[in-house]
Amino acid sequence: MTETQADVEAVAPAASGPPPVPAIELDGVVKEYLAHGEVVQAVKGVTLTIAEGEFFSLLGPSGCGKTTTMRMIAGFEDPSRGTVRLHGQDVTDVPPNKRDVNMVFQSYALFPHMNVWENVAFGLRRKKVPDAEIRRRVGEMLEIVDLGGREKRRPREMSGGQQQRVALARALVNRPRALLLDEPLGALDLKLRQAMQIELKRIQREVGITFVYVTHDQSEALTMSDRIAVMNDGLVEQLASPREIYERPATAFVAGFIGTSNLISGTVDRVEDGCAVLRLGDDGRVLAEEGAHRAGDAIAVTVRPEKVMISTDEPAAGLSAVRGTVAEVVYLGLYNSYAVRLPGGTEVTVFQQNALDSTSTAERGDAVWLSWRPQHSYVIGS
Amino acid sequence: MKRFAPYLLILPGGLWLAIFLVVPMVFMASVSTQEGDVVNGFVQTFNLSIYGDVLSQYGTQFLRSAGYGLVATVVSIVLAYPMAYWIAFRGGSRKSTYLLLVLLPFFVSFVLRTVSWKFLLADNGLLLSPLKSLGLVPADFHVLQTTVAVIGGLVYNYLPFMILPIYVALERVDPRVVEAAQDLYAARRQAFTKVVLPLSLPGVFAGVLMTFVPMTADYVNAEILGGPANTMIGNIIQSRFLVNNDYPSAAALSFALMAAMLIGIFAYARALGTENVLEAAAR
Ligand SMILES: Nc1ncnc2c1ncn2[C@@H]1O[C@H](COP(=O)(O)OP(=O)(O)O)[C@@H](O)[C@H]1O
Ligand SMILES: [Mg+2]
Repeated sequence: MTETQADVEAVAPAASGPPPVPAIELDGVVKEYLAHGEVVQAVKGVTLTIAEGEFFSLLGPSGCGKTTTMRMIAGFEDPSRGTVRLHGQDVTDVPPNKRDVNMVFQSYALFPHMNVWENVAFGLRRKKVPDAEIRRRVGEMLEIVDLGGREKRRPREMSGGQQQRVALARALVNRPRALLLDEPLGALDLKLRQAMQIELKRIQREVGITFVYVTHDQSEALTMSDRIAVMNDGLVEQLASPREIYERPATAFVAGFIGTSNLISGTVDRVEDGCAVLRLGDDGRVLAEEGAHRAGDAIAVTVRPEKVMISTDEPAAGLSAVRGTVAEVVYLGLYNSYAVRLPGGTEVTVFQQNALDSTSTAERGDAVWLSWRPQHSYVIGS
Repeated sequence: MKRFAPYLLILPGGLWLAIFLVVPMVFMASVSTQEGDVVNGFVQTFNLSIYGDVLSQYGTQFLRSAGYGLVATVVSIVLAYPMAYWIAFRGGSRKSTYLLLVLLPFFVSFVLRTVSWKFLLADNGLLLSPLKSLGLVPADFHVLQTTVAVIGGLVYNYLPFMILPIYVALERVDPRVVEAAQDLYAARRQAFTKVVLPLSLPGVFAGVLMTFVPMTADYVNAEILGGPANTMIGNIIQSRFLVNNDYPSAAALSFALMAAMLIGIFAYARALGTENVLEAAAR
């Protein structure tokens, strides 16, 4: 996590001089399709800015518009409304072959009639780069993706992971201003996918090119990205660093989509020392630090399972504290997972690490207290 | 039992080939070297000189057939490729309707189709009489009984055999691969010449085989649409066989034609070996 944060700082504007031009800017981009005589909005208005050298992810469930957004950046789809800018230049009407970005397709889309070397050299040949330089750059790139010595192979003679790397090399060798990757690891098995995640991150650091990464896999986005835009139903729900997205989800959707999260809603009873206090049942209270709320506001609060403590004694003042009944205990090796039912019927998931002894604190059917610090309650609208 | 399974599986096809291809061919080969006539019967004399005789006698028709076949094949490619391309990439949800339209002429008999062309192209037929009355072509202008009519008929009759394999090859081209070419700085034309065209060449090769061979051996078009100067080798074989009952000459001509075509196809496949063509296209 600390490394990711350092990267974010590295791409932040320098203290002096004009702010650097962002690599990619989307401004109110909308994409409508006509399907069976009906207008379908695949992307409903996306505005975002991607900095030079950033590893930026578009994360969201299948069908939320990630691919469509990326294809508008690449130039394969014309936005119905809005502007696409690459390095400050409006490219909304520029065809894909004239845009200085390259794409890695989910299905790789390698040229089946060319060998590895010719696949990788394709872009440079179109750009009329001198032969000697093509040979040098293709050779170097094949080394970077660890495919040296396999130049003469045809795509169909290679494994999925190797094809993946050919696709990557074919795009990167052109030194694009940005690389667009659409679920590039989706077709690989778990082990290879994890290895490739590390590999991709290394390559990105090595070449220093802006990566725009589309994925529906939240753990992939969290481990690799400098910043993540979480998309839902054609809109960006939250755009922030992985840590921020994980710890401070902006909406109920983000909270539910990223990891496991508990959602507790209620009415603000009073505001004490800048903390909104929600009443829950007869003696339960939820403290939330942030936001300007007034008594009577209906709000929802999320808290991550690992932030919740489970105990039989009443928690100290200054913590959120609610009573519940243990409905389920699941031993998961590193930690126990408890499902605790609150008086209102809401179920709260609690992870407790098995640090000292493996005996669980509570058993099924036990009446327990749950508690957490005010700063771990995130208010997500009403 | 397992070991014999593959042989059992090829048995029906093998028998089919044996009965309907190998047996008649052996029979033909044997007829070609016999001497005699229908009335007194033919006797096997292993008379190989007949090959030299028929080749020198009908050399012109041989070359003419090959020339017609070649021109008609080239014209077919030029006409079929854009049609196949359009159906494959622009056909949308109506692809199968368009393919049916391509095949529709096959619902009418080959001879009837060719005869209808005769009416269309007649000296005062549907096509020429308006042109003549408008003075666009001279009054004695004619199309029938010319090379153009025969080649036109050949192209018309065999065009679907060129369209279908090209269509199948184009249909199999992944649109993402074409997008990848555009993404890698290829303009539309380059994306076509560097990616779509090479990937569809196997379809063109198949189409050439499926049209050149029957077009070269065809006799219906020359018979109906051509004149005495358009006689093809097929017409000679037909008349030797059915009119003159000169079985040995007809069989020798058929064999010579088949041998020439096999050699031609073999040379063609070698010269245009797919790998080489694709490699050249990659540059
Ligand atoms: N060419 C198209 N025609 C009609 N609808 C489309 C088209 N492309 C995408 N869509 C619709 O737009 C929505 C977003 O699709 P997509 O961008 O592929 O989502 P994602 O990549 O996040 O899974 C989907 O509901 C999809 O059905
Ligand atoms: Mg997608």
